[in-house]
Amino acid sequence: MMTFSIRHIFRYLLSCLFLVSVLISSPVMAADDSQSLQEVSQLLIDGDFDEKSRALSRLAETSHPRTSEILQLLSDSQLYYHKKEKQLYIITEYDKGKVAKDLAGNEQVITKKRDYKKVTLNNKMRGVINRIKAELGLNADNPQQREAAVRDLLKDITPDTVTTLKARFFIEESKKVREMINIALAINDLKSSDDVLLSNAIEQLDGSLEQESRSALMTFVSTTESPQLKKQAQIVLKGIEDKVQYYGWLETFYFGLSLGSVLVLAGIGLAITFGVMGVINMAHGELIMIGAYTTYVIQLLMPDHIEWSILVAIPAAFVVSGLVGIGIERGVIRFLYGRPLETLLATFGISLILQQAVRSVFSPLNRSVETPDWMSGLIQINPVFSLTLSRLYIILFCLIVFVALLLVLKKTALGLQVRAVSQNRAMARAMGIRSNRVDALTFGLGSGVAGIAGVALSQLTNVGPNMGQAYIIDSFMVVVFGGVGNLWGTLVAGLSLGVANKVLEPWAGAVLAKVLMLIFIILFIQKRPRGLFPQRGRAAEG
Amino acid sequence: MGLLNILKNDRGGQIMLGVLLVITILVPLLNLLVPESNPLHVPTYTVTLMGKYLTLALLAVAVDLVWGYLGILTLGHGAFFALGGYAMGMYLMRQIGDRGVYGNPELPDFMVFLNWQELPWFWQGFDQFWFAAIMIMLVPGVLAFVFGWLAFRSRVSGVYLSIITQAMTYALMLAFYRNEMGFGGNNGLTDFKDLLGFSLQEDSTRITLFVLSAVALAAGYLLCRHIMNSRLGRVCIAVRDSESRARFMGYRVENVKLWIFVISAMLAGIAGALYVPQVGIINPNEFSPINSIEIVVWVAVGGRATLYGAVIGALLINYAKTYFTAELPEIWLFALGGIFVLVTLLLPKGVTGFIDKLQQRKEAQA
Repeated sequence: MMTFSIRHIFRYLLSCLFLVSVLISSPVMAADDSQSLQEVSQLLIDGDFDEKSRALSRLAETSHPRTSEILQLLSDSQLYYHKKEKQLYIITEYDKGKVAKDLAGNEQVITKKRDYKKVTLNNKMRGVINRIKAELGLNADNPQQREAAVRDLLKDITPDTVTTLKARFFIEESKKVREMINIALAINDLKSSDDVLLSNAIEQLDGSLEQESRSALMTFVSTTESPQLKKQAQIVLKGIEDKVQYYGWLETFYFGLSLGSVLVLAGIGLAITFGVMGVINMAHGELIMIGAYTTYVIQLLMPDHIEWSILVAIPAAFVVSGLVGIGIERGVIRFLYGRPLETLLATFGISLILQQAVRSVFSPLNRSVETPDWMSGLIQINPVFSLTLSRLYIILFCLIVFVALLLVLKKTALGLQVRAVSQNRAMARAMGIRSNRVDALTFGLGSGVAGIAGVALSQLTNVGPNMGQAYIIDSFMVVVFGGVGNLWGTLVAGLSLGVANKVLEPWAGAVLAKVLMLIFIILFIQKRPRGLFPQRGRAAEG
Repeated sequence: MGLLNILKNDRGGQIMLGVLLVITILVPLLNLLVPESNPLHVPTYTVTLMGKYLTLALLAVAVDLVWGYLGILTLGHGAFFALGGYAMGMYLMRQIGDRGVYGNPELPDFMVFLNWQELPWFWQGFDQFWFAAIMIMLVPGVLAFVFGWLAFRSRVSGVYLSIITQAMTYALMLAFYRNEMGFGGNNGLTDFKDLLGFSLQEDSTRITLFVLSAVALAAGYLLCRHIMNSRLGRVCIAVRDSESRARFMGYRVENVKLWIFVISAMLAGIAGALYVPQVGIINPNEFSPINSIEIVVWVAVGGRATLYGAVIGALLINYAKTYFTAELPEIWLFALGGIFVLVTLLLPKGVTGFIDKLQQRKEAQA
């Protein structure tokens, strides 16, 4: 508010006058909406680019109800015209036999592709379209839309937009939108030569994270001649850059956490089968893959309810992978207890069989699993920092699975039996625990969790026969790094490996970052062969 | 005399080497002297294929040395094999000279393609065969030494060791896939022309490579057998069967493990170097963990801690692989996976162990 000078107020009064004139004239124009649309259509078909731009501006000035629709069609390049009929058509798929719709809604089938021609745009016209769209947005009912509209205007502030913005400022109720308008005006004021105005503008931009504010300040710093203002601008700029860097780190950390959650999800099933039972299950990756394919099948079964499919898939994948796991345990692993190296080989054989089975049943090609709408999108915290919803869900999901598993192991009868058998099998049997049954159920539990991880992974990567192999080594790394037999170790190891990976990535590249992580773990194992959180006591001597 | 001493008490080895000798003499004769129309003629393609099998058999012997006699289940021996192969591949690339697509006498094609101006330092010297030959053994040896020195000294053993050897080969695979590494990235090294001036397309070169592979296998076998007959070999078995006890008796367990591991890695490197000119390509896929696990399966199928079992296993499985991937590609992974499971469950001592058991039963009856 205080940034407004007398000149501003004068300009504002002028713009009010303009607005009033528009308001008065619009009812007259509205009477012949269809006529003006007809005129605009003719210009769009025959006119040159300048004429087209003017036609669009006029459409906006008359606040024609279909303005935004037509603008959208133009920028999506879906607006065509018939060469002979000289009429506009909406064509979503430009091909023979597809439908063309005129503006009144009448449809006709395209018999010759050559009859229709696209309404072409040039860059200047695109600018005009964007400006009109933004100005339309400025009058939207939703304050968030208005804020977004002002943000769009920041890219290209012209005297026209300044007038519009100032007019809006006085009737705007939302504080956020007013703040944004102030930033826009301040960016504009940086071009002026009045020292007071400049100083106020710089002050206004303090802490603004918009890309445009930053670039405007940077140009100002490099062009201004007043050393005092330059210094002020530099301080503000430094503040902004520090903040941007801070949010950059926060974002890396967030990405790292989400990658770490994937690692934890992939590894936590193994933390049970390998960590608690001591079984080297090389088919673990394939159990993840089975979970992912279960998701795919569930989506095939309920194509109309994709948004619910994930929720159905989680228990389904748990059951399917769990049953396969129990089958593996009963069929093969139980004959090999106490022979870890043989177990490794046999389960690797199983993993090959499962891979080939999936290849034969579903085809060797990757399958795509749809992401429900409620999982996509993002929460924009500020212009340089946003949380992608899918990542957020992965992190939450990982924590839920972890807590659930912890509870199962610590609070249920099965958990007690599992821990008893893993610590001292003979004594547990003597106490009346059926160790065979516990083995099968534990292995089923670990495998089921792998299946759940598969549901989560199906949302992130391609579902294919090889997806399991991609995760098996990572899973083992997480479990070994965290310390075998320790769920908390797995959580800490997975999350920290994820974050470290994302921190390394910018300067090492994705592949090299991974290589470095592997080398780090190999060296780490030398130093602490039992991981971050080794098991203590007699059980650890195994 | 020395040879006979080495093979004393090793009937399996005597038979295996005898058969190998017969094949090595017979196959080139059948290829060169018997006309193509004759059903006994062995086509050059088959000779090369057999040469390839023999190098893989040498690799299996190297793995049996550490797994069978030391109890180290290595899941990363494919890395040593591939490194030896890459060293040979680098020599062969330099031999191409200006006959490449871009005709650059100094740089291999893929470097010209990547717009590199000069040869990276680690490619220097590979135009000399003697240098490449040293590197073939030195590079895998040094890697095994560093890796083993770290791992054995801090007493990483059992499954943990298996997993970090797997991580090692996985990390190398990812690294070699990068173009920036300077080893041809995805495509690896290929389009080889000649070796020591002999064209790789010539039948005579191929037969020579086959014979060399057979000789290398025999030499590698004898070396391993010699080690196992020696005092060192008996310490190895002691370490395998009871590591702590061997250590308490005063043996430096980590040194024993380290030297055997390094020797085994060098053998694997030699096998890789002989493999590459016969197959004509080396790419990062050779580093993939599944390859290393497959080697272990050859040994498991043949029978651990026999050495000749490893040879038999490698030949059996690879022949089956060639057959199945050509005739029934769908079935191959089912078959391989099934072999893994069945051998571990039903034949813990492999094919040779099974044959021994049959013989013992026969003797008992007689």
